[in-house]
Amino acid sequence: MVTAQSHAGKGSFDLHDVSVTYGSETAIAGVSMHIEPNAVTALIGPSGCGKSTLLRCLNRMNDELGNATVGGRILLDGVDVYDKEYDPVELRTKVGQVFQKPNPFPMTIYDNVAYGPRTQGIRKRSDLDALVERSLTRAALWGEVKKDLKKHAFELSGGQQQRVCIARALATEPEVLLMDEPASSLDPISTQQIEDTIAELKEYVTIVIVTHNMQQAARISDKTAFMLRESMEHPAFLVEVGETRTMFTNPGDKRTEAYITGRFG
Amino acid sequence: MNRIKRARTIQTVAVGITGAAAAFIIAAALFLLVYIVVRGAPAISWEFLTDVPRKQMKEGGILPAIVGTLALTLGTAAFALPIGVAAGIYLSEYAPRGRSTRLIRLAISNMAGVPSIVYGLFGLALFVILLDLGKSILAGALTLACLTLPVIITATEEALRQIPSDLRQASLALGATRWRTIYRIVLPAAAPGIVTGSILGLSRAAGETAPILFTAAVYYKRQMPDSVFADVMVLPYHIFILATQVTGRPDDIIWGTALVLVGGVTAISVAAATWRSIQRRKVRW
Repeated sequence: MVTAQSHAGKGSFDLHDVSVTYGSETAIAGVSMHIEPNAVTALIGPSGCGKSTLLRCLNRMNDELGNATVGGRILLDGVDVYDKEYDPVELRTKVGQVFQKPNPFPMTIYDNVAYGPRTQGIRKRSDLDALVERSLTRAALWGEVKKDLKKHAFELSGGQQQRVCIARALATEPEVLLMDEPASSLDPISTQQIEDTIAELKEYVTIVIVTHNMQQAARISDKTAFMLRESMEHPAFLVEVGETRTMFTNPGDKRTEAYITGRFG
Repeated sequence: MNRIKRARTIQTVAVGITGAAAAFIIAAALFLLVYIVVRGAPAISWEFLTDVPRKQMKEGGILPAIVGTLALTLGTAAFALPIGVAAGIYLSEYAPRGRSTRLIRLAISNMAGVPSIVYGLFGLALFVILLDLGKSILAGALTLACLTLPVIITATEEALRQIPSDLRQASLALGATRWRTIYRIVLPAAAPGIVTGSILGLSRAAGETAPILFTAAVYYKRQMPDSVFADVMVLPYHIFILATQVTGRPDDIIWGTALVLVGGVTAISVAAATWRSIQRRKVRW
């Protein structure tokens, strides 16, 4: 039996002077920030400001793009995840990701959620059953699908598919969950459900969410980081990071205020 | 007004020309099939399918050639499928963009362009003589595998490229290795395309004569092959022999043999297409 792991207090990131270069173009530079455990941190900013790029640094998915170079230091609970000895495959079991578009595998709901645990070598049926149930429950989907776990995931609605993807990411019991505009392709009701789910999830995991929707950031996040790319000649940078409430009521930087009040972006 | 009228006329002509080309394809395929069936059907009987050729091949059946072609095709699949699929996976999933990959692609398109008789000579030199396999099922299957490889590699690569990259990303992000991602996610999803493309290549190989002329095929042999080192009769070569070397034979046995070859190949293609459409209904993006 796999016991429900609690990562309370674990899953904090420290970024020191992080930069990302694609080929000869520096996309983001000089990002330093602390990401608190068991809290929701929102990355906001206009399109093309490097939010998703920064997010992909945290689970080293940038490695898969081939020509991306990450500079600076990124520490997960004090350990440098870009250390030569650090295996990105291991990192990704600790730092899960939910993508912009729902991308369930072409298989049953059960097999989707069990994919991560099976990858880690968990084979016992009762263990897998327990993980699948717990993950789907946390993704607020268990009640809707518990009778059709053998159903093909493609038969679900878009919102349900995205929650399968959340459950799938949770099933590896990660310390951190990265979400790249997880609701941007969904209808308002599904978006609402995803937001409710996120609020409950921070009990178990640290959440870093990229969103272009400022209301969403204000509703669901504890911390907000505002990124900006002022011109294509210069890389994007972190304008400021702070308590969401402060950022939205009393931003420290004029550019944050301008963006939040909708003057650009 | 004039301009619009002219554009309309051109449009009508374009539809006419392209439509006629399409109709020609259908007509040619239909004529070919109908002709082979009409000419060959009278020869088909239980005896024809299960007996050895008799009376200087003017009577009896074509069983040894059927068995030979089956053996060669299975042998070809045994070599070409694993190597072709593996190479396709490498090209689509692993190969870095660069000079070496361009070189591999160049080699593949060169292989596809080599005339089949040249494969026959190559097979004779390498497999029959140098590797001392003799004229055998093994040598023939290896030669046909070389001929089929480009088709299978290209089919595999194409099929893998159709799989959306966000599925790969999802798997990698769950802590799966590249190989596990390919093996558990990408390959199953691409299987229908790979299988259809491969069967197309293999049916082409089943009908080839030139590559097996010096490497596997014999004029006449009553005995069934007892090992992979045996030489065999094969359907396409048997058609050639009947048509050119056997005097006084009834015409319908040539067409009957052709019908067996075409029928077998068509049956496999139809089976593959059916399986594929069933898979497609299960998996849609």
